[in-house]
Amino acid sequence: MNKKEYLAQIKARLKKYPKKDVEERLAFYGETIDDRIEEGLLQANAVEAMGSVDEIVAQIVAEMPSVKSSGKVDKSWRKLRTWEIVLLVLGSPIWLSLIISAFAIVFSIYVSVWAVLITLWAVELALGASAIAGVLGSLFYFCVGRSLPAGVVLGVGIVCAGLAIFAFFVCKAVTKGMVVFTKKFSLWLTYCFRRKEGA
Amino acid sequence: MEAQLKRGLLDVCVLSAIKDEDSYGYKIIKDVKPYIELSESTLYTILKRLELSKMLKVYSVEHDGRLRKYYHITEAGLKRVEEFEAEWQEVMSIYQFVIKGDSV
Repeated sequence: MNKKEYLAQIKARLKKYPKKDVEERLAFYGETIDDRIEEGLLQANAVEAMGSVDEIVAQIVAEMPSVKSSGKVDKSWRKLRTWEIVLLVLGSPIWLSLIISAFAIVFSIYVSVWAVLITLWAVELALGASAIAGVLGSLFYFCVGRSLPAGVVLGVGIVCAGLAIFAFFVCKAVTKGMVVFTKKFSLWLTYCFRRKEGA
Repeated sequence: MEAQLKRGLLDVCVLSAIKDEDSYGYKIIKDVKPYIELSESTLYTILKRLELSKMLKVYSVEHDGRLRKYYHITEAGLKRVEEFEAEWQEVMSIYQFVIKGDSV
């Protein structure tokens, strides 16, 4: 095989690859063959010293980083990308609203969770305030000399204090639970997102 | 040899082959071959990479009625070879450690 045939065969096998890169490579191989001939080798021997067409093609395919082994060329990939962009733009009324509603759902879940917590602590605060007010109110009635309302208000105050102590533990437990839930929920969200990203 | 290590070594070998005087493809292969296996396609890839990272410059010279590409090392290329020499001291001390570990 002479140099011309050899390079033509390699070129034919690399049709799927960027033309410029292939031409540049082949020029480099041609130069090395010429150098071998210049050193005294016969053209056929100089070509043989390069390795068989199969070997060279296999090496080149292995060393072309931008091209996938499936034979897909950068250009077709770019075409696909353009198509993807067009589809993305055309589909934006659908996927954009879907994404927005997904975010809205996540946001509303967070808001409801914290609303429940705020309500619970508000109840706790109200009970505590009523207990203090009850004690102070009964003291006021007692000083004024009306013992019946004083006793009733004191009773209400003590009931509120009892409820406040009980509610405090409930609030604490629920807060702890909600914090755990929020953490798990955000972990689950990131997990879902990563899995989609990986797919 | 591990691919990553070989790649790094080949880069330095090729740079060393053009360090003292500008050289061309076939001569680089001949100079490096006694030390490390180097095919034409591998050399092409290395030269391209080194050119892109500005460690060498390429120019063509007419030779015997055809063009021959010569490769000239740049300051960055020389620096890379120097870095390799410094790194190698470190590698040698690791090697000593590994050898010592074997004999115990």
